[in-house]
Amino acid sequence: MTTEIETTARDIVPPGEGEERHVEWEGEQHVYEPHRVGIPPLGPYVRELWRRREFAFELSRTTLRAQHFETAFGQLWLVLNPLLLAFVYFLLVDILRHGHRPHGFFAHLVGGIFVYYFFSGAVRESVKSVTGGGRLVLNTAFPRILLPLSTVITAFKRFVPTFFIYIPIHLISGLPVTLADLWVIPIVLTIAMTAAGVSMFVAALQVYFRDVKSFLPYVLRIWMYASPILYYANEIPNHWNWLLKANPIGSPLAAWSEVLQKGHAPPPVDMLVGLAWGAGLLVTGALFFMSRERDFAVRL
Amino acid sequence: MISLSVSETASPATPHAPGADTTIRVEDVSVTYRTSLERKPTFKSTLLRLGRRERVVREVEALKNVSLEVHQGSVLGIVGANGAGKSTLVRTMAGILPPSVGRVEVHGRVSTLLALGVGFNRDLSGRENVILGGLAAGLSREQLHAKYDEIVEFAELEDFMDMPMRTYSSGMYGRLGFSVAVNMDPDILLIDEALSVGDAKFRKKSFEKMRELCAQARTIVLVSHALGSIEQLCDTAIWMHKGELRMQSDPESIVHAYTKFLDVGEDAFTMEDL
Repeated sequence: MTTEIETTARDIVPPGEGEERHVEWEGEQHVYEPHRVGIPPLGPYVRELWRRREFAFELSRTTLRAQHFETAFGQLWLVLNPLLLAFVYFLLVDILRHGHRPHGFFAHLVGGIFVYYFFSGAVRESVKSVTGGGRLVLNTAFPRILLPLSTVITAFKRFVPTFFIYIPIHLISGLPVTLADLWVIPIVLTIAMTAAGVSMFVAALQVYFRDVKSFLPYVLRIWMYASPILYYANEIPNHWNWLLKANPIGSPLAAWSEVLQKGHAPPPVDMLVGLAWGAGLLVTGALFFMSRERDFAVRL
Repeated sequence: MISLSVSETASPATPHAPGADTTIRVEDVSVTYRTSLERKPTFKSTLLRLGRRERVVREVEALKNVSLEVHQGSVLGIVGANGAGKSTLVRTMAGILPPSVGRVEVHGRVSTLLALGVGFNRDLSGRENVILGGLAAGLSREQLHAKYDEIVEFAELEDFMDMPMRTYSSGMYGRLGFSVAVNMDPDILLIDEALSVGDAKFRKKSFEKMRELCAQARTIVLVSHALGSIEQLCDTAIWMHKGELRMQSDPESIVHAYTKFLDVGEDAFTMEDL
């Protein structure tokens, strides 16, 4: 990618001449050199990323506009899908539980599905983000990582209205409303980090294996069943407990339910495990993506 | 990064003597990349191929030890047969394909017009494609809004900007691409095979626009099979052959040598030259 060195002409010409050339070159200089171990210099990369952040937001806005997100019915449509899914699962789980459902179970289920939908939506959309970027990737030098990041922004914007649907369900279920509910913000943030990491990983992988897109729905479905959404985290049998920790979004989802159901702060261990997964996946996903990025222009 | 506002207020358009400064310096650059022979590589086919030792990845040496300098305000023409590495060279200058060996230095803001044109999503409208392309290229929203009308007017597409680009004809595609590239106030314009854009009237207009950019001391790199355009527009030219820089000289000599090499005689201009 762009190895852009932020410098004024002053740095590259002898002093005295600087003033004149500064205007001439408009202070912009790019140096492109081979990437060490495939990873472009991180400092300039991140600066470029930040400078072009508007692109990710605009791309997200454009995507949503194409889905009529700005109209009331468009939003309703987006909420309808996870909501219907929640009804289906509620029916299924209630039968399996012989009708013995704990207090507030429906709220747990709906809340879990909504937040999982944020995660899976980001990953599902991002898989096509680079391969679908076609000509832009071929013709323009920009940090390609903006493409999967934009889908995370899109997924988040679609998550926000579902949260407002959750609120009345929460209240009708008679669940507590406390200050501790604010914990949902860092929880959603850790899930967003994980989503971004996984998104970048699958977006890059899709360039090499175009059938990743076809496998992904199965992976995401199994991932959902392995997460404490259709059940409570404390119902997991002891010998399956490792699964909760091994699942990057397992602990945050457990914490999510704990906060909303009981109205108190989540166990620190859940938050820490979730944060470790989120940060770890974000960094490895980004590094993997960046190390493959040079290839994209010749592989598409 | 210093924004373009510098140029807008301070007007950098004072022309300097051509050859005074190096705008693009390519030092001993080689580009190799691995490309898949499959059109759509899949995990499934990789699995099924396991144990068969079939090679589906090919290493391409697109550029070999190329060095050159382009001076400010000059127009460099690149000629060569298909697969000679012309497009790779231009993409390396644009920073799309970093070199495997060597170093490329570019002074100034680059605008590209590569063979495939603008518009990355055919389902989006022309307007959305222009805005997204501009933002990706590093322009700010304000700069884009300031330039937008100019772009549309130059492309003569006032009535089509809100229609999805899949409804565009190929000429309209090309016109919009050219208009975006030249109207973004680039210091350096990289053009790959795009002069055949549109009808004769638009071609004339695009020639004039490029001359105008030259007069403002902008640098242009032009890849074309239309040897006549190379002779008309360029100050210097290079001839690429199989990834190597074969010759660097004035356009007439290059065109002469290249046509001789092609063994088809001087008057064998391509149809685009009509």
